[in-house]
Amino acid sequence: MCDTSSGTTFGPAQKNEISKNMSWFSTTIARKFAMALSALFLIFFLLQHLTINMLSVFSEEAFNEASHFMGTNPIVQFLLQPVLIFAVVFHFVMGFVLEAKNRAARPIKYAKKDGSNASWMSQNMLISGLVILAFLALHFIDFWIPEMSYKYVQFLPEDADRYYGELVHKFENPLRVGAYVIAFVLLALHLLHGFQSAFQSVGFNNKFTPAIKKFCTAYAVIVPAGFILIAIYHFINH
Amino acid sequence: MDLKLKIWRQQNANDKGKLVDYDIKNVSPDMSFLEMLDVLNNELIEKGETPVSFDHDCREGICGSCSLQINGKPHGPDGAITTCQLHMRRFKDGDTIHIEPFRAKAFPVIKDLIVDRSSFDRIQHAGGYISVNTSGNTQDANAIPVNKDDADKAFDAATCIGCGACVAACKNASAMLFVSAKVSQYALLPQGRVEATRRAQNMVAQMDDEGFGACTNTGACSAECPKEISLTNIARLNREYLSSSLK
Ligand code: HEM
Ligand code: SF4
Ligand code: FES
Repeated sequence: MCDTSSGTTFGPAQKNEISKNMSWFSTTIARKFAMALSALFLIFFLLQHLTINMLSVFSEEAFNEASHFMGTNPIVQFLLQPVLIFAVVFHFVMGFVLEAKNRAARPIKYAKKDGSNASWMSQNMLISGLVILAFLALHFIDFWIPEMSYKYVQFLPEDADRYYGELVHKFENPLRVGAYVIAFVLLALHLLHGFQSAFQSVGFNNKFTPAIKKFCTAYAVIVPAGFILIAIYHFINH
Repeated sequence: MDLKLKIWRQQNANDKGKLVDYDIKNVSPDMSFLEMLDVLNNELIEKGETPVSFDHDCREGICGSCSLQINGKPHGPDGAITTCQLHMRRFKDGDTIHIEPFRAKAFPVIKDLIVDRSSFDRIQHAGGYISVNTSGNTQDANAIPVNKDDADKAFDAATCIGCGACVAACKNASAMLFVSAKVSQYALLPQGRVEATRRAQNMVAQMDDEGFGACTNTGACSAECPKEISLTNIARLNREYLSSSLK
Protein backbone atom coordinates (compact mmCIF):
# COMPACT_ATOMS: atom_id res chain seq x y z
CA MET A 1 0.00 0.00 0.00
CA CYS A 2 2.79 2.35 0.82
CA ASP A 3 5.08 3.93 -1.64
CA THR A 4 8.40 3.26 0.04
CA SER A 5 10.44 4.68 -2.81
CA SER A 6 12.22 7.97 -2.49
CA GLY A 7 9.86 10.89 -2.17
CA THR A 8 10.70 13.11 -5.05
CA THR A 9 7.36 14.90 -4.94
CA PHE A 10 8.42 16.88 -1.87
CA GLY A 11 12.03 18.01 -1.75
CA PRO A 12 13.27 17.25 1.77
CA ALA A 13 14.45 20.80 2.39
CA GLN A 14 11.15 22.22 1.30
CA LYS A 15 9.26 19.93 3.66
CA ASN A 16 11.50 20.88 6.54
CA GLU A 17 10.36 24.48 6.25
CA ILE A 18 6.80 23.37 6.84
CA SER A 19 7.61 21.61 10.07
CA LYS A 20 9.75 24.52 11.27
CA ASN A 21 6.80 26.82 10.86
CA MET A 22 4.67 24.53 12.99
CA SER A 23 5.14 25.36 16.61
CA TRP A 24 6.95 22.49 18.26
CA PHE A 25 4.41 22.17 21.00
CA SER A 26 1.46 21.68 18.72
CA THR A 27 2.43 18.13 17.71
CA THR A 28 0.66 15.22 19.38
CA ILE A 29 3.94 13.64 20.53
CA ALA A 30 5.10 16.84 22.26
CA ARG A 31 1.73 17.20 23.94
CA LYS A 32 1.75 13.64 25.20
CA PHE A 33 5.28 14.20 26.49
CA ALA A 34 4.12 17.25 28.47
CA MET A 35 1.06 15.33 29.65
CA ALA A 36 3.28 12.52 30.92
CA LEU A 37 5.63 14.93 32.74
CA SER A 38 2.74 16.68 34.50
CA ALA A 39 1.31 13.28 35.44
CA LEU A 40 4.64 12.04 36.83
CA PHE A 41 4.83 15.16 38.98
CA LEU A 42 1.29 14.49 40.26
CA ILE A 43 2.22 10.89 41.01
CA PHE A 44 5.17 12.08 43.08
CA PHE A 45 2.95 14.57 44.89
CA LEU A 46 0.40 11.87 45.65
CA LEU A 47 3.01 9.81 47.49
CA GLN A 48 4.03 12.78 49.61
CA HIS A 49 0.37 13.52 50.38
CA LEU A 50 -0.26 9.93 51.40
CA THR A 51 2.77 9.91 53.69
CA ILE A 52 1.48 12.91 55.64
CA ASN A 53 -2.09 11.57 55.77
CA MET A 54 -0.73 8.27 57.05
CA LEU A 55 0.74 10.07 60.06
CA SER A 56 -2.81 10.89 61.16
CA VAL A 57 -3.41 7.20 61.77
CA PHE A 58 -0.39 6.81 64.01
CA SER A 59 0.06 10.09 65.81
CA GLU A 60 -2.03 13.22 66.15
CA GLU A 61 1.04 15.30 67.07
CA ALA A 62 3.12 14.13 64.12
CA PHE A 63 0.26 14.82 61.71
CA ASN A 64 -0.26 18.32 63.13
CA GLU A 65 3.42 19.04 62.97
CA ALA A 66 3.77 17.92 59.35
CA SER A 67 0.61 19.76 58.28
CA HIS A 68 1.70 22.90 60.04
CA PHE A 69 5.05 22.75 58.27
CA MET A 70 3.42 22.23 54.84
CA GLY A 71 0.87 24.95 55.57
CA THR A 72 3.31 27.63 56.65
CA ASN A 73 6.62 26.90 54.93
CA PRO A 74 7.08 29.61 52.27
CA ILE A 75 8.78 27.26 49.77
CA VAL A 76 5.86 24.85 49.97
CA GLN A 77 3.26 27.62 49.93
CA PHE A 78 4.65 29.91 47.26
CA LEU A 79 6.69 27.57 45.08
CA LEU A 80 5.46 23.99 45.30
CA GLN A 81 1.78 24.84 45.67
CA PRO A 82 1.59 27.00 42.51
CA VAL A 83 3.56 24.33 40.61
CA LEU A 84 1.10 21.70 41.81
CA ILE A 85 -1.93 23.78 40.80
CA PHE A 86 -0.34 24.43 37.42
CA ALA A 87 0.38 20.71 36.93
CA VAL A 88 -3.20 19.70 37.77
CA VAL A 89 -4.78 22.35 35.55
CA PHE A 90 -2.31 21.69 32.73
CA HIS A 91 -2.91 17.94 32.95
CA PHE A 92 -6.68 18.01 32.66
CA VAL A 93 -6.79 20.84 30.10
CA MET A 94 -4.28 18.97 27.92
CA GLY A 95 -6.30 15.80 28.48
CA PHE A 96 -9.35 17.55 27.04
CA VAL A 97 -7.35 19.02 24.13
CA LEU A 98 -5.97 15.59 23.15
CA GLU A 99 -9.35 13.95 23.62
CA ALA A 100 -10.91 16.51 21.25
CA LYS A 101 -8.30 15.79 18.57
CA ASN A 102 -8.70 12.05 19.08
CA ARG A 103 -12.47 12.22 18.70
CA ALA A 104 -12.16 14.37 15.59
CA ALA A 105 -9.85 11.74 14.09
CA ARG A 106 -12.83 9.35 13.74
CA PRO A 107 -15.87 11.41 12.74
CA ILE A 108 -17.91 8.34 11.73
CA LYS A 109 -18.03 5.70 14.44
CA TYR A 110 -18.15 1.96 13.88
CA ALA A 111 -21.61 0.41 14.07
CA LYS A 112 -20.11 -2.65 15.74
CA LYS A 113 -17.38 -2.18 18.33
CA ASP A 114 -15.09 -4.69 19.98
CA GLY A 115 -12.75 -3.20 22.54
CA SER A 116 -11.26 -6.51 23.65
CA ASN A 117 -7.89 -5.64 22.11
CA ALA A 118 -7.03 -3.16 24.89
CA SER A 119 -7.77 -2.73 28.61
CA TRP A 120 -10.86 -0.87 29.83
CA MET A 121 -8.65 1.54 31.77
CA SER A 122 -6.64 2.55 28.74
CA GLN A 123 -9.76 3.22 26.70
CA ASN A 124 -11.51 5.28 29.38
CA MET A 125 -8.88 7.64 30.75
CA LEU A 126 -11.31 10.50 30.21
CA ILE A 127 -14.01 8.90 32.37
CA SER A 128 -11.65 8.12 35.25
CA GLY A 129 -10.11 11.57 34.79
CA LEU A 130 -13.49 13.32 35.00
CA VAL A 131 -14.31 11.51 38.25
CA ILE A 132 -10.93 12.59 39.65
CA LEU A 133 -11.70 16.16 38.54
CA ALA A 134 -15.08 16.09 40.31
CA PHE A 135 -13.33 14.79 43.40
CA LEU A 136 -10.71 17.55 43.20
CA ALA A 137 -13.53 20.12 43.13
CA LEU A 138 -14.95 18.56 46.31
CA HIS A 139 -11.49 18.42 47.85
CA PHE A 140 -10.97 22.11 47.12
CA ILE A 141 -14.25 23.04 48.76
CA ASP A 142 -13.53 20.77 51.73
CA PHE A 143 -9.95 21.58 52.54
CA TRP A 144 -8.22 24.05 50.32
CA ILE A 145 -10.73 26.91 50.27
CA PRO A 146 -11.27 26.90 54.08
CA GLU A 147 -7.51 26.66 54.50
CA MET A 148 -6.78 29.61 52.20
CA SER A 149 -9.57 31.59 53.82
CA TYR A 150 -8.22 30.82 57.30
CA LYS A 151 -4.73 31.92 56.41
CA TYR A 152 -4.99 34.60 53.77
CA VAL A 153 -8.50 36.09 53.99
CA GLN A 154 -9.55 35.97 57.61
CA PHE A 155 -5.94 36.11 58.86
CA LEU A 156 -6.85 33.92 61.82
CA PRO A 157 -4.04 33.33 64.32
CA GLU A 158 -1.71 30.43 63.61
CA ASP A 159 -2.82 27.31 65.43
CA ALA A 160 -0.44 24.43 64.94
CA ASP A 161 -2.86 21.93 66.51
CA ARG A 162 -6.00 22.50 64.48
CA TYR A 163 -5.25 20.19 61.51
CA TYR A 164 -6.00 16.81 63.06
CA GLY A 165 -9.40 17.93 64.32
CA GLU A 166 -10.31 19.39 60.93
CA LEU A 167 -9.36 16.15 59.17
CA VAL A 168 -11.26 13.89 61.53
CA HIS A 169 -14.30 16.13 61.37
CA LYS A 170 -14.47 15.75 57.56
CA PHE A 171 -14.59 11.98 57.73
CA GLU A 172 -17.64 11.85 60.01
CA ASN A 173 -20.01 12.10 57.07
CA PRO A 174 -20.58 8.69 55.40
CA LEU A 175 -21.53 10.36 52.10
CA ARG A 176 -18.20 12.10 51.92
CA VAL A 177 -16.35 8.91 52.82
CA GLY A 178 -18.32 7.10 50.08
CA ALA A 179 -17.45 9.74 47.47
CA TYR A 180 -13.85 9.58 48.61
CA VAL A 181 -13.71 5.81 48.15
CA ILE A 182 -15.26 5.95 44.67
CA ALA A 183 -12.88 8.69 43.57
CA PHE A 184 -9.83 6.77 44.72
CA VAL A 185 -10.97 3.58 43.03
CA LEU A 186 -11.15 5.56 39.79
CA LEU A 187 -7.77 7.12 40.49
CA ALA A 188 -6.41 3.59 40.83
CA LEU A 189 -7.90 2.70 37.42
CA HIS A 190 -6.48 5.93 35.92
CA LEU A 191 -3.03 5.07 37.24
CA LEU A 192 -3.18 1.36 36.39
CA HIS A 193 -2.97 2.40 32.77
CA GLY A 194 -1.53 5.88 33.12
CA PHE A 195 1.59 5.40 35.22
CA GLN A 196 3.31 2.88 32.93
CA SER A 197 1.95 4.73 29.90
CA ALA A 198 3.81 7.88 30.95
CA PHE A 199 7.11 6.02 30.55
CA GLN A 200 6.17 5.05 27.00
CA SER A 201 5.17 8.66 26.26
CA VAL A 202 8.59 9.97 27.25
CA GLY A 203 10.18 7.29 25.05
CA PHE A 204 11.28 4.90 27.80
CA ASN A 205 10.66 1.29 26.77
CA ASN A 206 13.56 -1.14 27.21
CA LYS A 207 14.77 -4.11 29.27
CA PHE A 208 13.66 -2.35 32.48
CA THR A 209 10.08 -2.00 31.24
CA PRO A 210 8.68 -5.27 32.68
CA ALA A 211 10.00 -4.29 36.14
CA ILE A 212 8.71 -0.72 35.77
CA LYS A 213 5.27 -2.01 34.82
CA LYS A 214 5.17 -4.12 37.99
CA PHE A 215 6.23 -1.13 40.07
CA CYS A 216 3.58 1.07 38.44
CA THR A 217 0.86 -1.51 39.04
CA ALA A 218 1.87 -1.82 42.68
CA TYR A 219 1.83 1.97 43.09
CA ALA A 220 -1.54 2.30 41.35
CA VAL A 221 -3.09 -0.17 43.78
CA ILE A 222 -1.29 0.60 47.04
CA VAL A 223 -1.36 4.41 47.05
CA PRO A 224 -5.12 4.88 46.36
CA ALA A 225 -5.84 1.99 48.75
CA GLY A 226 -3.84 3.86 51.40
CA PHE A 227 -6.01 6.97 51.05
CA ILE A 228 -9.15 4.85 51.21
CA LEU A 229 -8.01 2.99 54.35
CA ILE A 230 -7.17 6.24 56.15
CA ALA A 231 -10.63 7.65 55.39
CA ILE A 232 -12.34 4.49 56.60
CA TYR A 233 -10.12 4.37 59.70
CA HIS A 234 -11.18 7.84 60.79
CA PHE A 235 -14.81 7.17 59.91
CA ILE A 236 -14.91 4.07 62.11
CA ASN A 237 -12.85 5.53 64.93
CA HIS A 238 -14.95 8.63 65.54
CA MET B 1 -22.87 -22.80 6.58
CA ASP B 2 -25.40 -19.98 6.29
CA LEU B 3 -24.54 -16.48 7.39
CA LYS B 4 -26.12 -13.07 7.80
CA LEU B 5 -23.92 -10.21 6.60
CA LYS B 6 -24.33 -6.56 7.51
CA ILE B 7 -22.21 -4.71 4.96
CA TRP B 8 -21.50 -0.98 4.70
CA ARG B 9 -22.71 0.28 1.31
CA GLN B 10 -21.80 3.77 0.14
CA GLN B 11 -21.88 4.83 -3.50
CA ASN B 12 -19.14 7.44 -3.32
CA ALA B 13 -17.30 9.76 -0.95
CA ASN B 14 -20.27 12.16 -0.73
CA ASP B 15 -22.96 9.52 -0.22
CA LYS B 16 -24.15 9.05 3.37
CA GLY B 17 -23.94 5.29 3.26
CA LYS B 18 -25.66 2.61 5.37
CA LEU B 19 -25.42 -0.96 6.55
CA VAL B 20 -27.27 -3.36 4.24
CA ASP B 21 -28.29 -6.92 5.22
CA TYR B 22 -27.38 -9.86 3.00
CA ASP B 23 -28.01 -13.58 3.49
CA ILE B 24 -25.43 -15.95 2.12
CA LYS B 25 -25.93 -19.72 2.03
CA ASN B 26 -23.70 -22.78 1.69
CA VAL B 27 -20.48 -21.03 2.62
CA SER B 28 -17.61 -23.50 2.75
CA PRO B 29 -15.52 -23.31 5.92
CA ASP B 30 -12.41 -23.60 3.72
CA MET B 31 -13.12 -20.36 1.89
CA SER B 32 -11.13 -17.29 2.76
CA PHE B 33 -13.12 -14.27 3.88
CA LEU B 34 -12.47 -12.54 0.56
CA GLU B 35 -13.63 -15.60 -1.39
CA MET B 36 -16.85 -15.51 0.58
CA LEU B 37 -17.30 -11.89 -0.55
CA ASP B 38 -16.47 -12.95 -4.15
CA VAL B 39 -19.29 -15.50 -3.99
CA LEU B 40 -21.66 -12.88 -2.61
CA ASN B 41 -20.66 -10.50 -5.41
CA ASN B 42 -21.31 -13.15 -8.07
CA GLU B 43 -24.78 -13.63 -6.65
CA LEU B 44 -25.36 -9.87 -6.63
CA ILE B 45 -24.20 -9.56 -10.26
CA GLU B 46 -26.52 -12.39 -11.30
CA LYS B 47 -29.38 -10.57 -9.62
CA GLY B 48 -28.43 -7.40 -11.48
CA GLU B 49 -27.31 -5.58 -8.33
CA THR B 50 -24.06 -3.64 -7.83
CA PRO B 51 -21.37 -5.84 -6.26
CA VAL B 52 -19.72 -4.80 -3.01
CA SER B 53 -16.44 -2.94 -3.59
CA PHE B 54 -13.56 -4.02 -1.36
CA ASP B 55 -9.78 -3.75 -1.58
CA HIS B 56 -7.60 -6.77 -2.30
CA ASP B 57 -4.51 -7.62 -4.27
CA CYS B 58 -1.97 -10.29 -3.26
CA ARG B 59 -4.35 -12.42 -1.20
CA GLU B 60 -1.40 -13.84 0.69
CA GLY B 61 -0.89 -11.34 3.49
CA ILE B 62 1.94 -9.33 2.02
CA CYS B 63 0.52 -6.32 0.19
CA GLY B 64 -1.66 -4.74 2.86
CA SER B 65 -4.51 -3.95 0.46
CA CYS B 66 -7.31 -5.93 2.03
CA SER B 67 -8.79 -3.98 4.88
CA LEU B 68 -12.28 -4.46 6.44
CA GLN B 69 -13.47 -4.00 10.00
CA ILE B 70 -15.05 -7.38 10.72
CA ASN B 71 -17.25 -7.61 13.82
CA GLY B 72 -15.54 -4.56 15.27
CA LYS B 73 -11.97 -5.63 14.62
CA PRO B 74 -9.61 -4.90 11.74
CA HIS B 75 -9.01 -8.09 9.72
CA GLY B 76 -11.51 -9.97 11.88
CA PRO B 77 -11.30 -11.82 15.19
CA ASP B 78 -7.74 -13.17 15.02
CA GLY B 79 -4.49 -11.33 15.61
CA ALA B 80 -1.45 -11.35 13.32
CA ILE B 81 -3.34 -11.96 10.05
CA THR B 82 -4.82 -9.93 7.22
CA THR B 83 -8.38 -10.35 5.94
CA CYS B 84 -7.19 -12.46 2.99
CA GLN B 85 -5.68 -14.88 5.53
CA LEU B 86 -8.93 -15.15 7.51
CA HIS B 87 -10.97 -18.29 6.83
CA MET B 88 -14.67 -18.92 7.18
CA ARG B 89 -14.04 -21.84 9.58
CA ARG B 90 -13.46 -19.08 12.14
CA PHE B 91 -17.26 -18.43 12.05
CA LYS B 92 -20.26 -20.57 12.97
CA ASP B 93 -23.38 -21.45 11.01
CA GLY B 94 -26.03 -18.77 11.62
CA ASP B 95 -23.52 -16.05 12.64
CA THR B 96 -24.18 -12.40 11.85
CA ILE B 97 -21.05 -10.66 10.57
CA HIS B 98 -20.65 -6.88 10.52
CA ILE B 99 -18.39 -5.69 7.71
CA GLU B 100 -17.44 -2.02 7.77
CA PRO B 101 -14.69 0.07 6.20
CA PHE B 102 -11.69 1.17 8.30
CA ARG B 103 -12.89 4.37 9.96
CA ALA B 104 -10.70 7.45 10.25
CA LYS B 105 -10.88 11.07 9.16
CA ALA B 106 -7.59 10.45 7.34
CA PHE B 107 -9.03 7.35 5.59
CA PRO B 108 -12.10 8.71 3.77
CA VAL B 109 -14.39 6.14 2.13
CA ILE B 110 -14.08 5.99 -1.67
CA LYS B 111 -16.80 3.41 -2.21
CA ASP B 112 -18.44 0.76 0.02
CA LEU B 113 -15.57 -0.86 1.92
CA ILE B 114 -12.73 0.84 0.06
CA VAL B 115 -10.98 3.68 1.87
CA ASP B 116 -8.37 6.11 0.64
CA ARG B 117 -5.14 5.39 2.51
CA SER B 118 -3.00 7.85 0.55
CA SER B 119 -2.46 9.78 3.80
CA PHE B 120 0.03 6.97 4.57
CA ASP B 121 1.79 7.63 1.26
CA ARG B 122 2.07 11.32 2.06
CA ILE B 123 3.60 10.51 5.46
CA GLN B 124 6.12 8.31 3.63
CA HIS B 125 6.87 11.09 1.16
CA ALA B 126 7.60 13.40 4.11
CA GLY B 127 10.60 11.32 5.16
CA GLY B 128 10.16 7.53 4.89
CA TYR B 129 13.20 7.06 2.68
CA ILE B 130 16.96 7.51 2.51
CA SER B 131 18.52 9.66 -0.17
CA VAL B 132 20.98 7.49 -2.12
CA ASN B 133 22.69 8.43 -5.32
CA THR B 134 21.83 5.54 -7.66
CA SER B 135 23.76 6.85 -10.64
CA GLY B 136 26.06 3.84 -10.81
CA ASN B 137 28.53 4.52 -8.01
CA THR B 138 26.37 3.33 -5.11
CA GLN B 139 28.32 2.02 -2.15
CA ASP B 140 28.03 -1.69 -1.45
CA ALA B 141 25.48 -2.10 1.36
CA ASN B 142 27.66 -4.62 3.21
CA ALA B 143 30.54 -2.15 3.41
CA ILE B 144 28.88 -0.53 6.44
CA PRO B 145 28.83 -2.92 9.41
CA VAL B 146 25.50 -3.19 11.23
CA ASN B 147 25.06 -4.72 14.65
CA LYS B 148 22.96 -7.90 14.31
CA ASP B 149 20.57 -6.86 17.08
CA ASP B 150 19.81 -3.55 15.39
CA ALA B 151 19.53 -5.20 11.99
CA ASP B 152 16.92 -7.62 13.36
CA LYS B 153 14.91 -4.83 14.97
CA ALA B 154 15.09 -2.74 11.81
CA PHE B 155 13.93 -5.73 9.80
CA ASP B 156 11.01 -6.36 12.16
CA ALA B 157 9.94 -2.73 11.75
CA ALA B 158 10.32 -2.99 7.98
CA THR B 159 7.78 -5.83 7.83
CA CYS B 160 4.98 -3.24 8.21
CA ILE B 161 2.80 -3.54 5.11
CA GLY B 162 1.05 -0.20 5.54
CA CYS B 163 -2.37 -1.82 5.82
CA GLY B 164 -3.82 0.70 8.30
CA ALA B 165 -5.21 -1.87 10.74
CA CYS B 166 -3.43 0.00 13.54
CA VAL B 167 -5.39 3.15 12.70
CA ALA B 168 -8.63 1.20 12.35
CA ALA B 169 -8.15 -0.51 15.72
CA CYS B 170 -7.11 2.57 17.67
CA LYS B 171 -9.84 4.41 19.58
CA ASN B 172 -8.08 7.63 18.51
CA ALA B 173 -7.49 6.56 14.89
CA SER B 174 -3.81 7.18 15.61
CA ALA B 175 -1.17 6.28 13.03
CA MET B 176 1.63 6.09 15.58
CA LEU B 177 2.35 2.37 15.10
CA PHE B 178 2.67 2.77 11.33
CA VAL B 179 4.82 5.90 11.58
CA SER B 180 6.95 4.36 14.33
CA ALA B 181 7.63 1.32 12.14
CA LYS B 182 8.59 3.49 9.18
CA VAL B 183 10.84 5.70 11.33
CA SER B 184 12.38 2.75 13.21
CA GLN B 185 13.40 0.80 10.13
CA TYR B 186 15.81 3.66 9.31
CA ALA B 187 16.58 4.98 12.80
CA LEU B 188 18.31 1.72 13.71
CA LEU B 189 20.63 1.63 10.68
CA PRO B 190 23.66 3.83 10.00
CA GLN B 191 22.34 4.59 6.51
CA GLY B 192 19.18 5.99 8.07
CA ARG B 193 20.86 8.11 10.75
CA VAL B 194 22.00 10.69 8.18
CA GLU B 195 18.51 12.10 7.70
CA ALA B 196 17.08 11.03 11.08
CA THR B 197 16.36 14.51 12.46
CA ARG B 198 14.49 15.73 9.45
CA ARG B 199 12.68 12.40 9.03
CA ALA B 200 11.25 12.33 12.55
CA GLN B 201 10.20 15.97 12.43
CA ASN B 202 8.60 15.85 9.01
CA MET B 203 6.83 12.51 9.28
CA VAL B 204 5.29 13.45 12.63
CA ALA B 205 4.21 16.85 11.29
CA GLN B 206 2.62 15.15 8.28
CA MET B 207 0.91 12.55 10.49
CA ASP B 208 -0.69 15.32 12.55
CA ASP B 209 -1.63 17.33 9.46
CA GLU B 210 -3.48 14.35 8.02
CA GLY B 211 -5.79 14.36 11.06
CA PHE B 212 -4.74 11.12 12.79
CA GLY B 213 -5.23 11.11 16.57
CA ALA B 214 -2.66 11.04 19.37
CA CYS B 215 -1.37 7.89 21.06
CA THR B 216 -2.96 6.87 24.36
CA ASN B 217 -0.76 3.76 24.53
CA THR B 218 -3.75 1.40 24.68
CA GLY B 219 -1.86 -1.20 22.61
CA ALA B 220 -4.88 -2.06 20.43
CA CYS B 221 -2.77 -1.29 17.31
CA SER B 222 -0.08 -3.83 18.05
CA ALA B 223 -2.67 -6.42 19.10
CA GLU B 224 -4.36 -6.09 15.69
CA CYS B 225 -1.27 -5.59 13.51
CA PRO B 226 -0.90 -8.45 11.01
CA LYS B 227 2.88 -8.10 11.31
CA GLU B 228 2.87 -7.77 15.11
CA ILE B 229 4.81 -4.50 15.03
CA SER B 230 5.86 -3.90 18.62
CA LEU B 231 5.01 -0.93 20.84
CA THR B 232 8.74 -0.47 21.49
CA ASN B 233 8.77 1.19 18.07
CA ILE B 234 6.36 3.86 19.33
CA ALA B 235 8.68 4.58 22.26
CA ARG B 236 11.51 4.85 19.73
CA LEU B 237 9.49 7.27 17.60
CA ASN B 238 8.83 9.37 20.72
CA ARG B 239 12.58 9.40 21.44
CA GLU B 240 13.47 10.19 17.84
CA TYR B 241 10.94 13.01 17.68
CA LEU B 242 11.72 14.53 21.08
CA SER B 243 15.50 14.39 20.68
CA SER B 244 15.35 15.69 17.10
CA SER B 245 13.35 18.65 18.41
CA LEU B 246 16.39 19.80 20.34
CA LYS B 247 18.54 19.92 17.21
C1 HEM C 1 -7.86 16.31 37.19
C2 HEM C 1 -8.51 15.41 36.53
C3 HEM C 1 -7.83 14.55 35.50
C4 HEM C 1 -8.23 14.42 34.21
C5 HEM C 1 -9.46 15.06 33.56
C6 HEM C 1 -7.30 13.51 33.58
C7 HEM C 1 -7.40 13.12 32.27
C8 HEM C 1 -6.48 12.33 31.63
C9 HEM C 1 -6.60 11.88 30.27
C10 HEM C 1 -7.76 12.19 29.33
C11 HEM C 1 -5.51 11.13 30.01
C12 HEM C 1 -5.21 10.41 28.71
C13 HEM C 1 -4.45 11.25 27.74
C14 HEM C 1 -4.15 10.45 26.51
O1 HEM C 1 -3.30 9.59 26.56
O2 HEM C 1 -4.81 10.65 25.49
C15 HEM C 1 -4.68 11.11 31.18
C16 HEM C 1 -3.47 10.48 31.29
C17 HEM C 1 -2.79 10.32 32.47
N1 HEM C 1 -3.15 10.81 33.71
FE1 HEM C 1 -4.72 11.96 34.10
N2 HEM C 1 -6.35 13.12 34.48
C18 HEM C 1 -6.63 13.73 35.68
C19 HEM C 1 -5.92 13.60 36.86
C20 HEM C 1 -4.79 12.82 37.04
C21 HEM C 1 -4.07 12.67 38.28
C22 HEM C 1 -4.44 13.33 39.62
C23 HEM C 1 -3.02 11.84 38.01
C24 HEM C 1 -1.92 11.31 38.88
C25 HEM C 1 -1.82 11.40 40.15
C26 HEM C 1 -3.07 11.48 36.61
C27 HEM C 1 -2.19 10.68 35.96
C28 HEM C 1 -2.19 10.39 34.62
C29 HEM C 1 -1.19 9.62 33.94
C30 HEM C 1 0.03 8.98 34.57
C31 HEM C 1 -1.55 9.60 32.58
C32 HEM C 1 -0.82 8.90 31.45
C33 HEM C 1 0.05 9.87 30.70
C34 HEM C 1 0.58 9.24 29.44
O3 HEM C 1 -0.05 8.36 28.86
O4 HEM C 1 1.67 9.63 29.04
N3 HEM C 1 -4.18 12.09 36.04
N4 HEM C 1 -5.31 11.85 32.17
S1 SF4 D 1 1.99 -1.16 11.78
FE1 SF4 D 1 0.94 -3.12 11.40
S2 SF4 D 1 -1.24 -2.58 11.38
FE2 SF4 D 1 -0.11 -0.65 11.11
S3 SF4 D 1 0.08 -0.36 8.90
FE3 SF4 D 1 1.94 -1.48 9.54
S4 SF4 D 1 1.42 -3.65 9.26
FE4 SF4 D 1 -0.53 -2.54 9.22
S1 FES E 1 -4.81 -8.90 -0.23
FE1 FES E 1 -2.67 -8.47 0.10
S2 FES E 1 -2.54 -8.57 2.26
FE2 FES E 1 -4.58 -9.19 1.93
